[in-house]
Amino acid sequence: MIEYVENKEVIAKRIARFFKTGDVVNLGIGLPTLVGNYVPAEVTVILQSENGLIGLGPAPAPGAADKDLTNAGAAPVTILPGGAFFDSATSFGIIRGGHVDYTVLGVLEVDQDGNLANYKIPGKMVPGMGGAMDLTTGSRVVIAATTHLEKSGASKLKRRCALPLTAAREVDIVVTDVGFFEVMGGKFHLIEYFPPYTPEWIQAHTDADIVVREGCAACEF
Amino acid sequence: MVSKPVISAAEAAAMVRPGQVVQVGGFLGCGSPDAVLAALASAGVGGLTLVCNDTAVLDEKNGRVTGVAPLVKAKAFSKVVVSHIGTNPETQRQMNAGETEVELVPQGTLAERVRAAGAGLGGVLTPTGVGTEVEKGKQKLLVGDKAYLLEEALPGDVALVKAKKADKAGNLVYAKTARNFNPLMATACKLVIAEVEELVEIGAIDPDQVHTPSIFVDYLVLSKA
Repeated sequence: MIEYVENKEVIAKRIARFFKTGDVVNLGIGLPTLVGNYVPAEVTVILQSENGLIGLGPAPAPGAADKDLTNAGAAPVTILPGGAFFDSATSFGIIRGGHVDYTVLGVLEVDQDGNLANYKIPGKMVPGMGGAMDLTTGSRVVIAATTHLEKSGASKLKRRCALPLTAAREVDIVVTDVGFFEVMGGKFHLIEYFPPYTPEWIQAHTDADIVVREGCAACEF
Repeated sequence: MVSKPVISAAEAAAMVRPGQVVQVGGFLGCGSPDAVLAALASAGVGGLTLVCNDTAVLDEKNGRVTGVAPLVKAKAFSKVVVSHIGTNPETQRQMNAGETEVELVPQGTLAERVRAAGAGLGGVLTPTGVGTEVEKGKQKLLVGDKAYLLEEALPGDVALVKAKKADKAGNLVYAKTARNFNPLMATACKLVIAEVEELVEIGAIDPDQVHTPSIFVDYLVLSKA
């Protein structure tokens, strides 16, 4: 009997391993932001922030925050040497124009056709899409980052999203705290599983069609 | 070069008339013209349509209130055209109560609609929003085999922008991520009021470093007058 325990760190660690030096990456607010903490030391990615910079650096030292330098979540940040600032039209030209390699987004629902919902629960909570629709449309690889189950135990991976879509058929990869999936041909393909979870456990606890890819392997952290 | 009038925040606020479309720079408050916005809140003008990236941060419990958030609370806007309202619960409350109309626009589309208005374009074709609620009521066009939405230009009556520095002619230089929508909005409105932190003599800004050329700017306001 395997008991599910939410583990955002595992999600962030696995996503960080996708990147290679020189990749341009946009990390969404919340769980995706954690990914930045786990990029291997030998890999240098270029972080883009849609409010107008590339070369996003770490949080400033206490007391060193600059009111004119924030990330897309309004948190104070720094810029690395060689970085650049630009206006919102240029920023989204970068995004829609295919100049961002990876975008990592949080999820309310993601389905096996690559649809993603994360901006609106009608009548309840409507934060708005911000830059997410452009990011999913324009980025080379769209990674959905999510805990596998909701607090209620419901699967975040669905056969079909019920909520209004942020992106139609744009998600390429889903990483949860139990495994890493590719979205292909209307199914989730399990590429890696994260022990103690097993492919059998994952199939039993996901409300979607899962193909266990040949060569599917355990991934340790 | 002709010098632009330097006016007070209150004089700037008095130029905004009820019912106008007001474009306000800033991203969650970073790069918003705070002195002019405070004066506008005091002036009590209503029935405005806001065009802004977001409705900023209204988190009174933690003492964080930024950008246009006080104006939202004061119900200055009958409509807001923004990409995000998640950090201002009052906007969500007014929307759910039917008090304020909210048009949510993808951020990149909002930027392009404003840019198009300032650049003499009727609109832009973007793939963003295809297959989502955003495409409702819009023309969908195929270019080659790819679908795009026709997103119409979004002009305004008044732009309230914020720059780090201006010369007396009105050339503007923005700082870091406080740039965001400001230079786009400065091109898209009939009346452009730029709040600046620093005012220098004509010729003191290298022409190569100007972000918004002076011809777009009508009035200057000093942040700390």
